[in-house]
Amino acid sequence: MIEFPIIRVVSKFMIPYILLFALYVQFHGDFGPGGGFQAGVIFASAIILYGLVYGLPAAKHVAPEWLVEKLIAMGLLIYAGTGFACVALGGNFLDYDVLDHHVLSGILPHQQHLGIFAVELGVGITVTSVMIMIYYAFSGRERRV
Amino acid sequence: MMDFIVIPILALLVVTAVTVARIRNLWAAVMFTGIYSFLSASWMLILDAPDVAFTEAAVGAGIATILMLATLSLVPRKTGKIGVLSDDDFRSKNPPTRRVVGSLVVVIGTGAMLIYGTLDMPLFEATDSAIQTYPDPSFVEKSQAEMGEHGLPNVVTAVLASYRGYDTLGETAVIFTAGIAVLLILRKSLPSDELNSIETQNGEVTR
Repeated sequence: MIEFPIIRVVSKFMIPYILLFALYVQFHGDFGPGGGFQAGVIFASAIILYGLVYGLPAAKHVAPEWLVEKLIAMGLLIYAGTGFACVALGGNFLDYDVLDHHVLSGILPHQQHLGIFAVELGVGITVTSVMIMIYYAFSGRERRV
Repeated sequence: MMDFIVIPILALLVVTAVTVARIRNLWAAVMFTGIYSFLSASWMLILDAPDVAFTEAAVGAGIATILMLATLSLVPRKTGKIGVLSDDDFRSKNPPTRRVVGSLVVVIGTGAMLIYGTLDMPLFEATDSAIQTYPDPSFVEKSQAEMGEHGLPNVVTAVLASYRGYDTLGETAVIFTAGIAVLLILRKSLPSDELNSIETQNGEVTR
């Protein structure tokens, strides 16, 4: 759709704000509505919009397939890893109360807040990459006669 | 006052749903499912569920519509005529009337079971239902104290990621599995003889 100037210009204008909004929903999810699932799909929709307008190769240049593929597993590993980190620190699986630290304690989140932050990040990464990957898989196919 | 918004949205939802079922042009049907999702998102926002509304707007109205369109570009654009049967259908060993009766029995049976299941559910807005009485007093009050000294203002996030952390881990695993499954099915699935014919067309291989 790159030959339509209005679509090209408007989408180029919108995509940064969609990405920013996704990050806001991700990292502000502890305070306002939102969280990993929502942020993930919003982030992915920005990439998909880019792919729709500028073509699949352009989108694959921004979010390379090999990277997205690995991020699918990466998000789940962050989530489960947070759980196992809690076990290693002497708590139960996904019991964030043990995630305590004294580094910049006024600024950085800790305990429950840190745990929720980490698992939401994992959810966000997995959802984003799965959505992008499914889009790649669908739109990469040609019609067979 | 709220009725002026609620009633039109619900009416439009019904109209859109009927249109999706009746329309024969698949491209239009996909666009109507997108509209349906967007109306649902508005409806969920009215019901004070912004998290769900986000998801519905992004997944239902956005990504799902795009995936449906991508699928449609690979298949024929119109459905066959509904309810018109060819002679072959009547000559086959399994005539359509029997098939229709079978489907009807299954559908009505499933529907009856689902309705029977709802009889045990607590009444709408009943104050003594499990969801209102557990935990005591409620997640809204308890989570503020339990989520650390600053508290976590968003109770939904606290419930999803902390109290129901196992559930959300499972959900993430489901999304992961779905993504892997789609990849396995859709990618590099051309049989080898087709690959050969493509190569032949490109003039790289001559057989």
